[in-house]
Amino acid sequence: MAKQGVAAKIERRGPEAISAGSGARSLDRIIHERLRLGIVSALSVNETLTFRELKTILSTTDGNLSVHARKLEEAGYIGCEKKFEGRLPRTEYRLTEQGRTALEGYLTHMEALIRATRQQ
Amino acid sequence: MLLCVAKFSATLYNPLMAIVRPIRREPAEPVALHTQAMDNLRFIRSAMESAGSFTAVPGVGGMLMGATALLASFSAHLSRSPRAWLAIWSGEALLALAIGLAFSYRKAVRNGTALLSRPFRRFVLAMVPSVIVGALLTFVLHRAGFNYLLPAVWLLLYGVGVSSGGAFSVRVVPIMGVSFLVVGTVAALGPAGWADWLMAAGFGGLHILFGFVIARYYGG
Repeated sequence: MAKQGVAAKIERRGPEAISAGSGARSLDRIIHERLRLGIVSALSVNETLTFRELKTILSTTDGNLSVHARKLEEAGYIGCEKKFEGRLPRTEYRLTEQGRTALEGYLTHMEALIRATRQQ
Repeated sequence: MLLCVAKFSATLYNPLMAIVRPIRREPAEPVALHTQAMDNLRFIRSAMESAGSFTAVPGVGGMLMGATALLASFSAHLSRSPRAWLAIWSGEALLALAIGLAFSYRKAVRNGTALLSRPFRRFVLAMVPSVIVGALLTFVLHRAGFNYLLPAVWLLLYGVGVSSGGAFSVRVVPIMGVSFLVVGTVAALGPAGWADWLMAAGFGGLHILFGFVIARYYGG
């Protein structure tokens, strides 16, 4: 349900979707960065994604992904679980409620910016 | 003297030398805020599409495809010539394709997702080789008079296509593909007299069964 909520918000990018004054809020710097935004977006449509899956989806390097995933984890936007499959380590990420709210807030912010420019 | 003046004036007024290049380039036009916002929204959508699975597999459409396949297998069983048998199944294949596309589109619109998303394109690309090989083998085997091999070939190739395309979809789709492979294997190894029944069981029964599961648990 929540997954559809975020996706639907992108689809209906109309003025009616934007609350008054939302454009005045400050930009969420944590997910404004491209790769971190990609991680959060990818996790919003999946229950969990492994480190390798995220790396493939976002076409990035191990180092880059782990640095940005750590930042999101520290902010409480994503959760991380490390497991072992046989002898191979497997890191799984999932989006937290806080992360989902942050993504929705970011989308609203972007919509508000577009709306404000159109009105000018 | 004249030559000397000409030489120095040419050097002094050489247009190439006159160009002054600044060390720092002038900054490009600043990107408008709303353009950046649009770009960010596009990026989010693209990341979601890349990460998402193809969920527009139509359950109701699958059940309808199964129903038409049952009718086709009944008609094909009663047909009097191999040519008529092949014509019935070729018509059924085209009908099933149209039903599949129409119901995929309907489901994608209902769910508010793009039909031509990356997972959908990957699903189709994974299916295409099996379809092409199927069409080619149908032509070759029919021309050589080996129509009795066609049910096994169709069931197996469809199974291959669905199970590989299903890697980009919900888990039940590759399971459906493997089920087609099982029925196709029985058709390949069993007596030729079972062919029509196995076609009914595969394209009819499996489509209805898995169509029901998809419609019930994966949004229609």
